[in-house]
Amino acid sequence: VMNDIITTMFNKKFMEELFKPQDLYSKKALRTVYDRLAHSSIMRLNQASMDKLYDLMTMAFKYQVLLCPRPRDILLVTFNHLDAIKDFISNSPGILNQVDETFRRLIETYNCLSDGEFQLIRQTLLIFFQDMHIRVSIFLKDKVQNSNGRFVLPISGPVPWGTEVPGLIRIFNHKGVEVKRAEFTTAGNYVTPQREGSFELYGDRVLKLGTNMYSVTRPVETHMSGSSKNLASQAKENIAPNPLAKEELNFLARLLGGLDVQKPAGGETGFRLNLFTTDEEEEHAAQTRPEELSYKVINIEATQEPGRRAELSRILGELEVAEPRPDSAEKGEDLLALMDGL
Amino acid sequence: PHPPAPPHQHRPPLPRFATSQFSQSRPVLPVPPRPSRPLWRPGLHGNVTQSPRAFASSRRDASPWRRRAPGERGGGKGKPGGTGGDWGALRGNGRRGGPYRRERSLTLRSSSSALYNNLAVLCPPARPPAFGAVHGTTLSLLGNEGPPRQLQARGGGSALSTPLLTQAAWCELPSRVLLVLTSQRGVQMYESDGSTMVFWHALDVPDHPAAHSVFARGIAAAGGRFVCVGTSFGAVLVFDIPPKGTNVMLNEVLEQHRDPITDIAAEQGQAPDGAGDLVTADDSGTLCLWSTGEEFTLLGKIPGSGSTCSSVTLWNGIVAAGYGNGQIRLWEAGSGRIRAQVSAHARWIYALDLAPLTGKLLSGAEDSFVHVWKLSRNPDTDDIEIQHCHAECVTDTQVCGARFCDPAGDTFAVTGYDLSEILCY
Repeated sequence: VMNDIITTMFNKKFMEELFKPQDLYSKKALRTVYDRLAHSSIMRLNQASMDKLYDLMTMAFKYQVLLCPRPRDILLVTFNHLDAIKDFISNSPGILNQVDETFRRLIETYNCLSDGEFQLIRQTLLIFFQDMHIRVSIFLKDKVQNSNGRFVLPISGPVPWGTEVPGLIRIFNHKGVEVKRAEFTTAGNYVTPQREGSFELYGDRVLKLGTNMYSVTRPVETHMSGSSKNLASQAKENIAPNPLAKEELNFLARLLGGLDVQKPAGGETGFRLNLFTTDEEEEHAAQTRPEELSYKVINIEATQEPGRRAELSRILGELEVAEPRPDSAEKGEDLLALMDGL
Repeated sequence: PHPPAPPHQHRPPLPRFATSQFSQSRPVLPVPPRPSRPLWRPGLHGNVTQSPRAFASSRRDASPWRRRAPGERGGGKGKPGGTGGDWGALRGNGRRGGPYRRERSLTLRSSSSALYNNLAVLCPPARPPAFGAVHGTTLSLLGNEGPPRQLQARGGGSALSTPLLTQAAWCELPSRVLLVLTSQRGVQMYESDGSTMVFWHALDVPDHPAAHSVFARGIAAAGGRFVCVGTSFGAVLVFDIPPKGTNVMLNEVLEQHRDPITDIAAEQGQAPDGAGDLVTADDSGTLCLWSTGEEFTLLGKIPGSGSTCSSVTLWNGIVAAGYGNGQIRLWEAGSGRIRAQVSAHARWIYALDLAPLTGKLLSGAEDSFVHVWKLSRNPDTDDIEIQHCHAECVTDTQVCGARFCDPAGDTFAVTGYDLSEILCY
């Protein structure tokens, strides 16, 4: 599924279309493209599930664009996205090549833009996200989103690269010689940044926005045996005993797993989602996992269990979906036609 | 003097200016920058002399804003049950002394967009102020006589969808007040209550989207008779406004900037000799100083140093400019020299405003902070000073508009991205 989706997304013709100068997509147009992309593999989602997945994606991206320290950092966010994608398909050199091509094209097109131009891009993107305040459980739990759906904007931490920590006033005389310094204080608590992120094909991006938000290992409350611990640090899934994130993952996995399983002509036994890197790892983890930590959260159950559903239903009930405005514009129609041909 | 270019001239796309390689570290200025000599026009003004003038309020004593002790109520305006006491708190009430306190909030019909200078204020004498904030394709107007109103960007040509607005501002001329809107298509001018459109000017927009966006941005009344509007081409359009009626004419097109215009400001106090009465700013941080008239004259150019100037004001020959790197710089309009540099904000500055009676300066930025400063100019020593007076933290909000609501700067209003309110202090 991953290979199919990524292959479709980084298709050469599709990318060419994307890189043409164009106006901001309407919400309807973007949602349609997203739908087509999500269904470009054997994976299927029903309308309601698709809605929820799309909301999750838009709020996550809104968070990333809003919190960029410098407008130019939205490019670093995109590079973080691509780095993570490359990780998913690191074993498929053909697709990897496609992604690298897109990476190079991004560098070529955007690296030379000025700060003012990046701010214009960012301001335009923010128009798309305006008035969206859907609450996302993982953001609520991490305290990056308030209960009213608005994101927390910290007033501490490193200032953007190229900005000075606020506080200094320098006065010059009419000859241009500095004659006085003064300081002022505010409630903010800023520090100078250590280094700038890399805009090359490979490099340390420094910025954490745009990295896989489900890959952060959270502190485990109870002790684990040595071998399990090693396995846990290698695998990328979230195994922390956090009920909301667990439910979120379960929900996502249910969307992906609980569908009609088509039997391809090749005789494979159908679509099964495994969140470990190999079957052996999954087997091993199941055997060595300490008894007290066996949530069975990783096993995908397409059956509906009332207990878990209650929690999930409550969360789902709290999520609000804004009704998309019908748009008479015809943006992206040729793009959709292109995707139909893929 | 260059002949005015004919209007509606189609301009080829601007060449891309490669910025300094960002893989090198951006230089943080350790010494005052030496701006290269601005373009002077010899013979027109001869030697620039700074005649001593008595400028208003050049008090250099300690800040008049006495700190309140914890628990003490601030004086002045505000509800008695206000947020007194915890003035050192980090969040929610990040204020520092001073008589400014949070007052009422006005509800907007739609939230404000993330655009530079996205709050327009009209303060008619002895009447409550009127406000305007841009949301996408509409302008929300508040506080006029009558119900809140919304104005739409005017579409046109082969556009399939309504264009986005970039800015709105009231232009106060001696004879009339106009409400001016700039968009991706052109310039709309209305009567001050937004009831009637007076004039529409269409930009030269290509049929298919070009690599560079096309839009108008930057609005100011100038010279008692003109309205100046900037464009993404870098050109500044000068419109001649009749005392009444709709016979607005495009008088001149000023072509000194090579990057999109961000803001334009007219002199709000008394300009010293040779200082000019209009400043225009652009995406590259370049500032141009002009003297207005039947024909505008370029007096000087202050080159940018890598950071966008998003907002600019001009007062008593002092240019106050706010930049994308969070700095406020004061420039002397007459000589083009830098006179002060403030590390004011931790994020991109979106709005500056000036109170002409007192020289107070208001700055708002994406870092959630709004600061009040005091500019002053000593007539004897000709020192230009800036002091910090007050700070407000608008929690979890990227401020995109901030304006004083009276000429002395005792009250101000603020709005932010995604905020459906105008906060008054």
